[in-house]
Amino acid sequence: MKHLSESIEEYLETIYRLIESGRTASTTEISRTMNIAPASVTQMLKKLDSEGYVKYSPYRGAVLTERGYRVARRMTRKHRILERFLHDILRIKREKIHRQACEMEHSLSDDAERALCHLLNVPGECPDKNPIPACDFKFSTCEECLEMKDADIEEIGCRDEKLRSLREMDEEETGRVSFIRGDYRVVRRLMDMGITIGVPLKVIKKAPLNGPVEVEVRSSRVALGRDIADNVFIDTEEE
Amino acid sequence: MKKSEITVALAGNANVGKSVIFNQLTGSNQIVGNWPGKTVERAEGYLQFHGRSIHIIDLPGIYSFSTYSMEEIVSRDFIIKEKPDVVVNVLDASVLERNLFFTLQLIEMEVPMVICINQVDMAKQKGIVIDEEKLEKALGVPVVSTVAVKGQGLQELLRKTLEAADKNIKPHVIEYGKEVESGIRELMEHLPELPEGYSRRWVAIKLLENDPEITEMMPCEVRDLAKRLAGEVERIHNEPSFSVITSERYALSNVIASGAQEQTDISTSFSERLDSFLTHPVYGYISSALVVGGLLLWTFVVGEFFSDILTGIFGFFQPVDPQFSGSVTSIIWNGAFGGVVAGLTLVIPFVIPFYLMLSYIENSGLLTRVAFMMDAFMRKIGLHGKALIPLILGYGCSVPAIDSTRILETQRERLLAAFAISFAPCAARTILILGLVALFVNVWWAIGLYALDLLIIFIMGKFALKALPGETTGLIMEMHALKMPSFRVIARQTWTRTKSLIYLVFPIYIVGSALIQVLYAFGVLDPISSFIAPLTVGWLKLPVFAGILLILGAVRKEFILLGLVSLVGTNIGAALTAQQILVLTLVGMLYFPCLSTIAILAREFGWKSTSVITLANLGSAILIGGIFARILPFIL
Repeated sequence: MKHLSESIEEYLETIYRLIESGRTASTTEISRTMNIAPASVTQMLKKLDSEGYVKYSPYRGAVLTERGYRVARRMTRKHRILERFLHDILRIKREKIHRQACEMEHSLSDDAERALCHLLNVPGECPDKNPIPACDFKFSTCEECLEMKDADIEEIGCRDEKLRSLREMDEEETGRVSFIRGDYRVVRRLMDMGITIGVPLKVIKKAPLNGPVEVEVRSSRVALGRDIADNVFIDTEEE
Repeated sequence: MKKSEITVALAGNANVGKSVIFNQLTGSNQIVGNWPGKTVERAEGYLQFHGRSIHIIDLPGIYSFSTYSMEEIVSRDFIIKEKPDVVVNVLDASVLERNLFFTLQLIEMEVPMVICINQVDMAKQKGIVIDEEKLEKALGVPVVSTVAVKGQGLQELLRKTLEAADKNIKPHVIEYGKEVESGIRELMEHLPELPEGYSRRWVAIKLLENDPEITEMMPCEVRDLAKRLAGEVERIHNEPSFSVITSERYALSNVIASGAQEQTDISTSFSERLDSFLTHPVYGYISSALVVGGLLLWTFVVGEFFSDILTGIFGFFQPVDPQFSGSVTSIIWNGAFGGVVAGLTLVIPFVIPFYLMLSYIENSGLLTRVAFMMDAFMRKIGLHGKALIPLILGYGCSVPAIDSTRILETQRERLLAAFAISFAPCAARTILILGLVALFVNVWWAIGLYALDLLIIFIMGKFALKALPGETTGLIMEMHALKMPSFRVIARQTWTRTKSLIYLVFPIYIVGSALIQVLYAFGVLDPISSFIAPLTVGWLKLPVFAGILLILGAVRKEFILLGLVSLVGTNIGAALTAQQILVLTLVGMLYFPCLSTIAILAREFGWKSTSVITLANLGSAILIGGIFARILPFIL
């Protein structure tokens, strides 16, 4: 993948985060979050739209396209992993890590990102408890990634499907389990309950206030707590 | 050859109706205890059928035979080491595919089996019909359909169980995909001589799955071979070997299930509609609140009422208020009698109805819905939704509540829950609040103290979370279909729980009450009371005799109230100011888990954790009591 300019990456990441927290990525919101004049924001959004990263309409703000979503997720992942690293390993003060991570994320290679993920024991959320998106590499569980530690990331390649965590799905939505993140014990328990890689699954209910997600799998129903629902990734693009 | 006594193990997923079958079959011939050295319940019973004696063991409900939970280890060890003559695998007819996943693992263990498809009536309502014969043919195992709550099919189940025991029928070998299967075969050839009870095929599969316990048993060269073969499977499938095997096992279950069942679409059942009501973003909270509120209401209103009547009846025979003067024998007699009364007035009006309701909520599936809705709140104190159960129980009595923390997965969670429970407003604390504050101050203060207690639980829970490092294991909970539970199961469960409580609590009550009264009568408590006067009088601004009350209250919290009456008479309002009543109640509520609670804490968690919890109670009581004594004059 060709290298994008840092500012494009920053914009996409900001839009992703705004949408994630339930707000709309309007010019005003973006300009406030990034501390950039609204006029320049509008200009940039138009540019992003023409390059196919977002769909932009002046009154409703920006929505990420498939292409933009990918970049945004990858950057957000790098950002949050770096935050964890700065916080957990380097013990840098909480209020300073965000800025530092913002600066480092653009130059973090995929290999370094993967190594950091291993070092931090496959983290699921950043120090502020926001979920870390799944990696793009072609793995179905973290155990597999750990076992193939020496394999080159280029060799493994990236997955084509667009993954969303269970918690990002809506009620009644369906898809196939494509990646389960985390400790092998949790993965095994999930698999024993029938949530195996490739199994079709339907979201039945999401408890309010970030509560558990109830899914239907193999004609049984299972409730998964928030931290587990954040770690089960679904390929929802089907037929 | 026919054995005159055979052993049968009931195995299957949680909530498939295993305990219903167990209860229907064994009736009152049951022994319920613990697995040796484990906090997992072991239920066994006997019955006579066709002139033969059958010994039945109800194994815990599990989904797999890995070694990740105590329940799984217990079940697997039992089947391998104690070698039951037949394993009856109970399946929920509505969830055949997921249940067959477990069946296939039993088949791998190569034990004589009978499959019992239970709750076929509920499945029929969902439009699912299972063909026993097809299933029998696919697995090579006798299959019986049952509706255990109504007793349907149980005679047939027993008949086939005896037949399986006599003929020693082994199930078919169910084959995996090519790579896995050839790995299993190769490993089987290289396995050393195995102890009796271990199936070679099962051991080979477990080795490929990298099961720690089985791998440990093997010589180096077998371990290396297993590692190499697992590596090959991993390379071909691009997935860890356990994941490949699990997926393939599920694929097999899927094929077998779809071959044996017919599904016709049927409109949403009542239970499903009720389900979506119970987990609705608004009504869900309301119904959860109703469940919790219902339990509370019982404690406050109905339980209290019966408790008073009972105390009245016993008071007719012998004064139940503590007696501190007279002959030693009469004091001891009074204390012991008081202890019995305390036990009975706890067990009959509170514990039994409470356990009945809990058992109903648990078995009907209401509890999983409440846990689902409340998980987000419970997470704040490091627990998941399931932990709400012990906490609700804590409103009745801390002892059974702490006992029920066993439903949680890790020791850390159990300890966190037990810690929170030790502060919970149990029935005795409620008596204190009602008898002192509601009567002599006013009802609003009583409710206020209750609310304060909840706040303290929350804050202390937060502290405990910080103090006990570790990951909170996330919630993975099956949402069983809602159903009307069997009364027999509920009654049985209630009695078992009540019984174990009686054994623990009664001796403490009886001996404790008698002893503390004698000590007081002989003036042993007065010096202690004067010794802690700087605390009680200086810091908490209570009268000197409060020290005695607090010592008495350590045995039983109600003693604070009863002791007070015997010291100053019934007109407590004249002896203590409103401020003193509030502080005394607050301190009495928090300062010490009662002796019985300490006993069960020690039984479940050891003395070290118990002392920490006790000290935390004491510390918070003194701190909050003192602050209260200083703030109250401005409010009252």
